[in-house]
This record gives sequence, structure tokens and C-alpha cells, in this order.
Amino acid sequence: MSLKRFFFRNRWDDERARELEAHLAIETDDNIARGMTPEDARLAAERKLGNRTLVREEIYQMNTISFLDSAWRDLRYGARLLRLNPGFAIVAILSLALGVGANTAIFQLLDAVRLRTLPVNDPQQLVEVRIGNTPNGRTGSFISRRPTLTNPLWEQIRDHQQAFSSAFAYSNVGFNLTTGGEARYAQGVWASGEFFSTLGVPALVGRTLTPADDRRGCSAPPAVVSYGFWQREYGGSPSAIGRSLMLDGHAYDIVGVTPASFFGVEVGRTFDVVVPLCGEPLSRGARSALDKPDSWFVAVFGRLKPGWTPEQATSNLASISPSMFKTTLPPRYGAEDAKNYLNFKLAAFPAGTGVSSLRRNYESPLWLLLATTGLVLLIACANLANLMLARATAREREVAVRLAIGASRGRIVRQMLAESLLIAAIGAACGAALAQWLSRFLVEFLNTDNNRIFVALSLDWRIFAFTAALAAVTCLIFGLMPAIRVTGTSPGVAMKAGSRGSTDTHERFGLRRTLVVMQVALSLVLVVGALLFVRSLRNLMTLDPGFIEDGVLIVNLDLRRSGAIAEQLPPIFEDITSRVAALPGIQSAAQAFIVPVSGSGWNNSIVINGAKPKSAVVNFNSVSANYFRTMGTPIVTGRDFDDRHDTLTSEKVAIVTESFVKKYFAGQNPIGQAFQIEEPPGAPRPLYRIVGVAKDTKYTDLREAFGPIGFFPAAQGDPKDTSPFMQIVLRSNAPMNSITPQVSAAVTQVNPSIIVQFQSMKDQVRESLLRERLMATLSGFFGALAGLIATIGLYGVMSYTVARRRNEIGIRMALGADRRDVVRMVMREAGLLLGAGLVVGGVMAVMAARAASTLLFGLQPGDPSTLAMSAVALAGVAMLASYLPALRASRLEPTEALREE
Amino acid sequence: MPKRGTPPIHGDMLQGTLDLLILRTLALGPAHGHTIAYAIERQSDDVLAVEHGSLYPALHRLEDRKWIASFWGTSENNRKARYYRLTPAGKKQLTEQTNRWDEIVRAVNRILRPA
Repeated sequence: MSLKRFFFRNRWDDERARELEAHLAIETDDNIARGMTPEDARLAAERKLGNRTLVREEIYQMNTISFLDSAWRDLRYGARLLRLNPGFAIVAILSLALGVGANTAIFQLLDAVRLRTLPVNDPQQLVEVRIGNTPNGRTGSFISRRPTLTNPLWEQIRDHQQAFSSAFAYSNVGFNLTTGGEARYAQGVWASGEFFSTLGVPALVGRTLTPADDRRGCSAPPAVVSYGFWQREYGGSPSAIGRSLMLDGHAYDIVGVTPASFFGVEVGRTFDVVVPLCGEPLSRGARSALDKPDSWFVAVFGRLKPGWTPEQATSNLASISPSMFKTTLPPRYGAEDAKNYLNFKLAAFPAGTGVSSLRRNYESPLWLLLATTGLVLLIACANLANLMLARATAREREVAVRLAIGASRGRIVRQMLAESLLIAAIGAACGAALAQWLSRFLVEFLNTDNNRIFVALSLDWRIFAFTAALAAVTCLIFGLMPAIRVTGTSPGVAMKAGSRGSTDTHERFGLRRTLVVMQVALSLVLVVGALLFVRSLRNLMTLDPGFIEDGVLIVNLDLRRSGAIAEQLPPIFEDITSRVAALPGIQSAAQAFIVPVSGSGWNNSIVINGAKPKSAVVNFNSVSANYFRTMGTPIVTGRDFDDRHDTLTSEKVAIVTESFVKKYFAGQNPIGQAFQIEEPPGAPRPLYRIVGVAKDTKYTDLREAFGPIGFFPAAQGDPKDTSPFMQIVLRSNAPMNSITPQVSAAVTQVNPSIIVQFQSMKDQVRESLLRERLMATLSGFFGALAGLIATIGLYGVMSYTVARRRNEIGIRMALGADRRDVVRMVMREAGLLLGAGLVVGGVMAVMAARAASTLLFGLQPGDPSTLAMSAVALAGVAMLASYLPALRASRLEPTEALREE
Repeated sequence: MPKRGTPPIHGDMLQGTLDLLILRTLALGPAHGHTIAYAIERQSDDVLAVEHGSLYPALHRLEDRKWIASFWGTSENNRKARYYRLTPAGKKQLTEQTNRWDEIVRAVNRILRPA
């Protein structure tokens, strides 16, 4: 028996019919030849052949897999039922598609950032090497996205470890592709020579980097570009190999292209170009961190030797840690830092799924969203179950008749399940398609100009399994229960109950009520969640951050190619700032070393009167005069910086925030007080005199509480320490895009090789609230959806009740009940269902909100007003939905209702 | 016409016997169902009267096993008919099953007529 035969069994049957017909014809001919009349000849031939239908049936059976055949017939029957009820079919499929699609999309993201292993050779052998114990933290400077180790430490690991068959270090960097004017960045990776061989990633075209490319002091290192960059910049042409690529003004020869699936080891990021670590000084010049033992800027990965576990690797690393940290002790460290540093122990952490800041920030929101979409799907299922139950009830007599004449219960359940299966399958298929679009939308949502994220969304077996499981579970939930219910009644009872059916008995109808109560409860959970997130976002957006972000433009300048040495930079900065400030439409402009909420920071311990106060760590910033005016941060007492008075030679001054005063000079007049910054022994410790107090302002993050901040005048900074990167903040009422060309032109006038980049303060603040916006938007959407579905569910059940009780209502009205009594009666019942749902949902919501407490801002998980608002909103909509059936009931003509029976 | 006193054996032939007879008939050359039915009847001196209808499921089964193959052709008296012919696999089956049949007959005979 073959499947081919099975699918063509009808053609086969025709074939056999023709064959039998031919047989008859020949036999008839023979009979005529024997002398019979044509009629007798035909009849005799038929007698001789026997029962033709029986023969055909026997052959047909041989071609049939009976299970498949009946399943196929059930499916066709189900499809016919759906076509007969297009309204029901569309609502059912649409609600399932939305539920399945949202679930699949979120799961796809989770799969990409959390579950999937890196697309490299044997990812389970990869480990990341970090300091396992950092009780008192590390000090020094931290550059790059994953500043876990320093280059001197990496060299020690490379030369002394025994746990890995090979290991590599890498750091990320933004390479500027232009040589002047507005910046265009490529996402770069500095990788040690063993990067590709350790990961086991081959080149798609050309070659990858080898240890021979990574020699200290390399002057013209090669570059390997990513598939995406190759396509974008070179149109995927093989002639790109051998071409020269300008990165930060230095030429690199392209030697190879990586495969399309390779995005590096950081999940959520991708890269454009990989160059050897030895090329770092080319970009950073004298500020190179390769030999700085307190510049944390690389991450180190190793591939375990066969048979080694991460634990064994950790103990091996721990045993060689003391000598490694001793060799690389930064000479600048004071006694306390040195003691910490020498105590550090390296450890190996499994890294088969890569490392990811995206994962850290978004893993728990994504799980939470998955739970949310799961609830939405559950509510949709409950709704469908209710609809199916109503339909099953309508078919109760038919089912009873079939049971009575001998159909098996299993057969009927199977037939009814076929329809649900069809809905579930179509819904899941639509959902899977929708998910592709949704997950891309989500990734785009998280993507900003300053924070390019890249998520390798692909369909793997896990996603297919997930979607298929969803479809199966939903089908079972909403299909199986009604089918079992309706076949469970004994045929006698069902038929005796007459045209009214027996399903409005309390027990049966109780199930539909329970479903509605559950729907209301679950949607209350989602509405409360949504409201909590929306209010958190609102709290963050409306709080006073201590500055006015509207109308502030941030100008990032890169002067590395200007040729100026550090000491020459301050006058250039001042020149640019005053030129920009003088442009028409610009109210004020100032230099700022750190722009609030940008994520970067600078902190240190302070010393007051020679002693270190308790919790002495203070955030600092270096700004020029007018900074406070530009940012809209008022000076509460004292004065602003003044470019004429506060110079290199005048007394060192500082402006501090109110929190600083409250913390360190409580009850004293802060003006005239002084503090020092803790420096290593031997280094000078200048005294900073407080000349003004500014209002509290946020520093790295809107979510943080106001902390002490000290501002220093840019003009008093050590010229030798001047960084070639600089930021100008400017305030203007004019639209941003009308200002940027003017500013660019002004900067180019000073020096055409300066690279400029713009960002509005408002965007920066918005981007810092990305996660909150994501949660508020999505949970708001799902909450509304859940409320809508539950309302439809309630409406359906109330309409059904009213229809069932027509007769009773008719009698009541005939006996003198007026319309208001009827409305009240129906509404009382709806209110009861709603009330039960809200109570159950309230308890569940409070418990569920605890899981989300870390994602909330300025609210408690059990916030009573949020709970009350959600309940009132949901109740309002739901009561409105039940009012329609109530009204319909009250408009019943008693005589008509009674005549029907 | 069947011989007197020996009624023709109908559908309750030994399992697989009909298959063997069909294969044997087709070993002589391609034939359609009508011919096969009469050939079996005639060659068994009308002892084995095949009910014509029961022939077709057997043909279908044999074709399913790829022992015979079929094609549409024209009959002796110019009618369309589906012809069957033996495949190489069918030839092998015929030899094997004939041997098997002989064995069975010998075994049954040993029991019925002990020496």
C-alpha cells in the first residue's frame, strides 16, 4: 500500500470501473456470438462477473489507509462548517493568529538572545575569562562595551594558561570611515590573532586573521570585513579583497570576508570590520591602552581543551592568578587598590551562547512579555472554547442521534476536533507569518542610531516546535473540552430535552460562566500590568531631571585627525564653542566633558579637610561657563563659572549640587568650602573651592536617585590631559535640522579634519528609556487586546443567557415585570460574573506585579490606585457590553416570546 | 461446461492459489482479465471456475506488488481492454511459488496416502 495510491485512489477507481466495463463488453460480444440476444448477452455477462460495486469497493479499500481517510473526511467536513460560518471562522482564526503570532515573535527574540548558541564550531567549549571575585571592584579607566580585562593581563593569560587549546582577546571600537566633516562610523573589532582560529570561523572569501597579523607595533595591519559590510560597501564583489579601507584615517588592506551567519561573540550586536589588536595604537595614538595595566578594555575567551570543564579551567586560572596580577600591578595604584588588585582571581564562565548586554537588559522583560502574550492566548482560547461550546450545544441533538444509531463516542469527538484542529492550524500558520513581521518590528523598536543592535532572527527547529506546540495546546483547550462535553450526555436525555437542548442546565452552563470569570480575571492581570508599565514610563518622562532637554543639541567632535597635540586643544575647543554660540538662532553653547544620561561617567572619592568622608564617591563633570544656562539647570546660590576669572592660574573652583551640600556640608554655608579628589600618594591634590550650588540633576540614568555631583571649569583642566574628543551642548529654539549645517560649517572653518556628529538631548533621554517604552507599548497593546477579548466573551455569554431565558423573561414581563426589572436582572448576572473575575484577577495581578517590580519606577507593584483604575476601566467596558443584551431582553414582546414555545 | 459430478471450485480456493494461477497464465504472454478468467477455466478442464469479479482485486494486488504490469490495448474483437503482463519480479515469484506449491502438494499427499 503506497501513499501515492492513496492520494490517487479515486483515479484508480475510475480506471477499474472502465476495466470492468471492458470485461463486460467482451463477454457480451462472446455471448452474442454464442447466439444470445443482445439483452440476454449483457445480463449473462453481468451475472458471470458478479457484483461490480463490491469488486470496486474491495480494490478501493486496498488503496486506502482507513485512519487517514476518515481524518481527511473529517477535515473536509470541518472546512465546510467553517465556510458556512465565515464570521466565526474569521474571529477565531484572527484571535488565534494574534495570540500565536505575538507569542512566537517574543519567543523568537528570546531564542535569539538567550537560547541559541553562537554560530561557531563547538560553541559549548567556549568560555569567557573574567575576574571571578571583585569584592571591592576595579579601578582605572573602562573603555569598550565589555571592559573585563586589560591588555597586559591578556598577554599574561595568553602566555601562561594551560586550560585552553587556544584563547583570544577582543575589544569593540567605532571606526570612522570619513576623514573629515560629519562622521560615518563602522562597527569595528580589535581582535587578537587567535580570534578566528579559536572560534573556528572560516573565511567566506579570502582569509581570516592569523597570529602572524597581530604583532605589536604593526603599521599596516590587514582587515577582515563582515558579510553585511561587504555587501553594503562593495556590493559583494570579490574585488573587495586587496582593496584598502580607511579606518580612523589609517589604511587597512581587506584580506577576507566572514560568513553571513557570523556576528561575533556578542549577541545583539554585529560588526563591520575586524582588525588585529596591534592596530589599536593607530587609532588611539599616545592614548593607546595596550600597555596600560589599569585600562580595562578587552574581553578574553578561550576554547577548553578536550575533556576540560569550566571548573577545571577556573582552578587552573586561579592557581596562576597571583603571579599574573603581581606582574601587571599598575604602578599608579595606591595601597588600597593594590591590595584589591593582588587578590583578584581569574575564572572561566561558559560562553557557548555568547555574551550580551542586550540579554542582561532585556531577558527578564522578554520573559515577562512571553508570559503576557501567553495569557492573551489563553484568554483567546477561553473565548473560542466558549464559542465552540455554544456551537456544540446547537448540535447536541444531531450528536445524540448519531450516538443512538451506533457511532462511537471517540469517532464523534475526533470529528469535532477536526474543526478545532483546522482553526488552530490556520491560526498558527497565520501567526507564524505575523511573528516574522512582529519580531522584526520589535528589533527595529530597540534599534537606535547610537545603539545599533543586531539580532540574528532565524527560524530554527525550536521556533517551529514552539509554534506547533502552541497550536496543539490551543486546539486541545478550546476544541477537546466542548467535544467531550457534548458527547458525554446520554442520547436519551439529550433527545428528550427537546428543541431547547439540555445544555442550559446549571452544571453545563457553569462551565461557560467559569470561562468568562477566568477571562475577566486574566485580562485584569494584563490591564494592571499595562497600567503599571505605562505609569512607570510616565513617571520617568515627567520627572524633573534637573535639566530641560527640549531644545538642547549635543555636538560630538573628534579632533584626532586635526594634528593638534593635547596642549593645543583647549584653545581650539574654546574657539569652536564661541563660534557656535555666536551663530544666529543659538541662545547659548558650552563644552561638556560628560553629557547627562549618555551612559558615560567619571567618578572618584573626595577628601574634605584631609579626611575621606563616609561614602566618598562623587560623580564629576568638566564644563565651560554657560553650561548650566544651556542645560536649564538653575544655580541655586553662588555664581556660575566665568571664563575671565576661572583660568589655569586662578584658584581651582567647583560648583556642586544640592545633594553634594546635603551630604558633605549639611547645615553649613557651602560657598567658600573646599574639597580635594583622592589621588595616589605623591600625585598633587589640588584644593577645589566651592563657588556655587546647582540644582540636583540626573547623571548617568533617569532612574537613579539624585546623587552628589561636582562640576569643574573646563578652563582649569590640565591641558596635558585634554582628550581629542569633545562635546558641545547648545540651546536653540530653531528646529534641529536647520542648525546642524551651520554648526558643521562653523567647525569646518576652524579645521576641516574635525569630525562632527549630532544628537538631540531629547532623543538621548528617549533612548535611555527604551526598555520602559517597549514594556509600556507592548503591555499596553496586549492589555487592551485582552480586555477586548474578555469583553467579547462576556457579551457572548450574556447574549446567550438572554436567548436561553426568552421564555422566562416573557413570563416575567407578562406577570408585570417592567423593562427596568429585566435590565436589572440581566445586569445583576453580568455584574456577578464580572465581580468574581475582578476579585480573582486582583489577587493574581498583585502576585504577578511582584515579578515585574524591578522594571517599575516610582510605583509599588501592588499600587492600589492602579488596581482600582484597571478594575473600573475593565468593569466599565464589560458592563457596557452586557447592557446591549440586557436592553435586547427588555425589548422582548412577552406574547411573541411565549408563543415560540 | 463443468463435468458432471465434479462441481467447479469457486472463490474458496486455497489462499494465494488464484495469484499463482494468474501468474502462470500470464507467463504465456500478456492477456486481459477476460482472457485470464477463461484461460484458467479452460486449462483446468473447467474444474477451477473463477468468478470473474474476484479476479480483479487479485490482479490489483499483484500489480501493487509489482509482479505484473498493465497497459491499455485492443482485444481480439477490437475492444479496448486492460492488458497485464508478467514483470521479471513476477517471473521469479512464479518459479518460487510453483516450487512451494509442489512442496505443499507432496506434503499433503504424504499425509493423505501414507506409503
